[in-house]
Amino acid sequence: MKGGDKMDIRENLLYTKEHEWIKIEGNLGTIGISDYAQSSLGDVTFVELPKIGNEIKQFEPFASVESVKAVSDIYAPMSGKIIKINEKLSTSPELINQSPYEKGWIAVIEISDEKEKENLMPYSEYKKYLDELLK
Amino acid sequence: MQLIFEKSVKGRKGVKIPYSDVPEAEEISKEYKRTNTPSLPEVSELDVVRHFTRLSHLNFSIDTNFYPLGSCTMKYNPKFTEEISRLEGFSKLHPFLSFISEDMIQGALEVIYETEHLLCEITGMDEFTLEPLAGAHGELTGLLLITAFHKYHGKKKKYVIVPDSSHGTNSASSAVCGYEVIVIPSDKNGCMNLKEYKEKLNDEVAAVMLTSPNTLGLFNPHIKEIAELAHKAGALMYYDGANLNAIMGKVRPGDIGFDVAHLNLHKTFATPHGGGGPGAGPIGVKKELAEFLPVPRVIKKDGKFVLKKSLPHSIGFISPFYGNFGVILKAYAYILLLGKSGLLSVSEHAVLNANYLRTCLKDYYHLPYDRTCMHEFVLSCRKQAKKGIHALDIAKYLIDKGFHPPTMYFPNIVEEALMIEPTETESKQTLDKFIEVMIEIARLVEENPQIIKIAPTTTIVRRINEVKAARNPDLRWREKKTEILKNEKTTLAE
Amino acid sequence: MNYIPHTKEEVKEMLKTIGVHSVEDLFSDINEELRAKSFNLPKGKSEFEVKEYLEKLSQKNNLSLISFLGGGFYDHYIPAVVDALVSRSEFYTAYTPYQSECSQGTLQTIYEYQTAICALTDMEVANASLYDGGTSLFEGLMMAYRIKGRNKFIIDGSLNPIYQKMLFTYTENLPFEIVRTPYHIGQVEREKIYQNLDEETAAVILQNPNFFGTIDDYTDIVEHAHSVGALVIISVYPISLGLIKTPGEMGADIVTGEGQSLGIPLSFGGPYLGFLACKEEFVRKMPGRIVGATVDKEGKRGFVLTLQVREQHIRRQKATSNICTNSALCALRALIFLSVLGKNGFIELSKLNYDKSEFAKRVFKEISGIDVLNTPTFNEFTIRLPMDANEIVKKMTKKGFVPGLPLGKFFKDMKNYLLITVTEKRKKEEILKFAEELNNAINL
Repeated sequence: MKGGDKMDIRENLLYTKEHEWIKIEGNLGTIGISDYAQSSLGDVTFVELPKIGNEIKQFEPFASVESVKAVSDIYAPMSGKIIKINEKLSTSPELINQSPYEKGWIAVIEISDEKEKENLMPYSEYKKYLDELLK
Repeated sequence: MQLIFEKSVKGRKGVKIPYSDVPEAEEISKEYKRTNTPSLPEVSELDVVRHFTRLSHLNFSIDTNFYPLGSCTMKYNPKFTEEISRLEGFSKLHPFLSFISEDMIQGALEVIYETEHLLCEITGMDEFTLEPLAGAHGELTGLLLITAFHKYHGKKKKYVIVPDSSHGTNSASSAVCGYEVIVIPSDKNGCMNLKEYKEKLNDEVAAVMLTSPNTLGLFNPHIKEIAELAHKAGALMYYDGANLNAIMGKVRPGDIGFDVAHLNLHKTFATPHGGGGPGAGPIGVKKELAEFLPVPRVIKKDGKFVLKKSLPHSIGFISPFYGNFGVILKAYAYILLLGKSGLLSVSEHAVLNANYLRTCLKDYYHLPYDRTCMHEFVLSCRKQAKKGIHALDIAKYLIDKGFHPPTMYFPNIVEEALMIEPTETESKQTLDKFIEVMIEIARLVEENPQIIKIAPTTTIVRRINEVKAARNPDLRWREKKTEILKNEKTTLAE
Repeated sequence: MNYIPHTKEEVKEMLKTIGVHSVEDLFSDINEELRAKSFNLPKGKSEFEVKEYLEKLSQKNNLSLISFLGGGFYDHYIPAVVDALVSRSEFYTAYTPYQSECSQGTLQTIYEYQTAICALTDMEVANASLYDGGTSLFEGLMMAYRIKGRNKFIIDGSLNPIYQKMLFTYTENLPFEIVRTPYHIGQVEREKIYQNLDEETAAVILQNPNFFGTIDDYTDIVEHAHSVGALVIISVYPISLGLIKTPGEMGADIVTGEGQSLGIPLSFGGPYLGFLACKEEFVRKMPGRIVGATVDKEGKRGFVLTLQVREQHIRRQKATSNICTNSALCALRALIFLSVLGKNGFIELSKLNYDKSEFAKRVFKEISGIDVLNTPTFNEFTIRLPMDANEIVKKMTKKGFVPGLPLGKFFKDMKNYLLITVTEKRKKEEILKFAEELNNAINL
């Protein structure tokens, strides 16, 4: 892994230090993990999805992703209620590796506190953060 | 190879069950009866013998291959101790005979009593219990003892401190006991960072868990200071005995400040690993903790051995009986065979062998801690990784050359780690062969890395698809439905 | 005696290569104040001397009495083939099969063992073994806690009392509420469980046959437990499963037990074999090692340790358990035992044990002064004597019998009770002689 240039980072998303992303559309947020995260994990073998209706809190774990060599807790980028989960991940966990920003989305929440987005990193900040990490 | 289940032929029988000399009992009432038959194999005894004999050929083992697995102490398992464990006076003894009469079990009780005393002398601890059934079980027991001790003194503790190089069981055992783990990073010399340790140490720490030498094979010269600080803060010192093979007769954990220690009989005391167990993880304590030891305990009274079945402050029962007696017996025999000079020799030659390998390999691989090691050392394959050959690839190539690979990727503070522990029972010849192959690998990485990438090529299976195994777990054989259909068709045709 | 091959010359050469003068130099990191204060061990001995000593010790243990002792650990015949195969050093001097390509022998045997446990218990998945039946039960309890996120457990008082003690020791510092229903020689009084069963309950823990030998069908308890979202853990005794209803048939969620009766010697308390099986949906919450079938890069079937991310070496403090070393060689014994007995042999053995103990029960019912207290039972049953059981034990041992397990040691109000076990090793004439001597001991 070289610098942040080699990792796919999307401009329209907000990121956490733990490499989760959130796409805010109105009062809804779609959540997933970044290209860097899926690459560090290796081939994803299992995803423990949250239940619909669960209330999640910013920066607290709400799901987990397993590979052959590690389990990663997935931390909530923002607080809210789970209204949709990506059931396809139960049978095809590899979607997270193949398409971490599109087909590999994990859950959609109803955002409870918009202001929380100020605690997240926009594209440029996340790119810098990755650059530091990968030095 | 076919599974034993796949070799079944309906109606085939193996061993003969004795004829019944009593009248048949009334059938069990339907509601308590099993409604199906268990899908066990239907094979002959010869089928069983061929099957398992052939399977055994597919294993690497100490008896067939050099097995330098760091942290595991894969030394030669004496055949003599195997013979001892088969003595019928021990192997056929029912553990509940202690409830009938202690006169019937004096031999067994003597084995336990004497082994405990020998282990006390080897480790410098005041009392031992042989009840824990494995190393991790010993850790759990030790932590339960430490908790009982603190509770008794009215102290409430939340944390256990471990170095970042520690074995996973240290953290896991702490969690099972209800503690939060504080991890202290290692310094540039490979030992627990003293400054960070002093910062994180507080009066809510129950214990500091260390192994010495540590998992990098390095002895921490500040160990006494670490212990003094821990005791001042009201914490106890726990010794993970996995690496005792390096220091027998030279250092005793009880002398340098440890309050609790566990040993791995299946490592240091040469009882066989068995493909993953059984082992034994006896725990030694200083006298302040003796009253919390699990029951029952063997004591000597009027020249006889007696079981003390209750102690007022004992933590209770951690095992069903007295420990893995069959394993303990082998370790006892081993200690009797080797004696004082033998055990001293063990550590001296274990350390000699490891340093010899280290010296011969350091010019070809990166040695993150270039200093005298103890019974094991860690190489980093980062030079080779730059060329696309990782520790995993090197391990697989070693298999083709008839060597069991060293421990990979542990401790995780070293990049591309290979932890090498030759043990004292390996000859210079074997070590030289291993060095030769490791040097060859280093050369191949430069000249022809592809050969290493495709390894292993000589084993019954090539690189295993671990991702498939985890994505679609297939954890047991099931009778195929098509088989059943086939049988039905035949019956109809008849 | 030692196993160190080095000659003086070789040591000299090696020291020269390393660049030090003596082996002591390699320990120079360790200063004087850290050195061992003493190392007073006896001198090493030869094989001959040690054998003589240990043989004498083994003879100090008395195996000459005809034994009716059980209590969860049983004297069954172990076919010669088991020891012969397990003595192959390729099995017993191998390590945990982390390197799958050179451990297919061990890995395949574990996969087969997992299959065998599922076949016995009618459960969907099993792990590669745990230390013993008691720690297995504790692991089952922890599983239920992880799955349900609830911390209340109901334990049936007729569970093996040693396992009960172990559960209490392990959970002492954990935030659990453990409700123990009163012990009973006969079947479980459902009400005693139901009155404690609620939506805070993680699991109900039962045993079949219970410690006193009584068998039951727990399907109704399972239904009740499931109706409030609680799990059911059943600890079972393997030989009984040739004949009696399996925990799988009852709908159990987690099954544990002691595998010692499957070809493992009594060995004064260990090593033994803890097995654990569960429903497929809980597989990722199962502790211990698990072997899975897969393919290699050429599509050939192979076996590998799988779902390792749950284990201590990766997950560390978040692991499903702290277990590392398990009871692999004992699991291999059990697999060989079950293979060589086979489906039919196993059922026959089960039946034989049942017939023998039922015969003994009938014979004992004829002895005046004795009450045979439970039915239906498998392999063992409880009797009440007209005096302290320890008195009878003393008298009977003088006559050449170990009459059973006196229960007063475990249950305060059972001083006159004896747990009697009859396996296939007890001949008819031994049972009849036993009854005769027992009659004399009581009535003469």
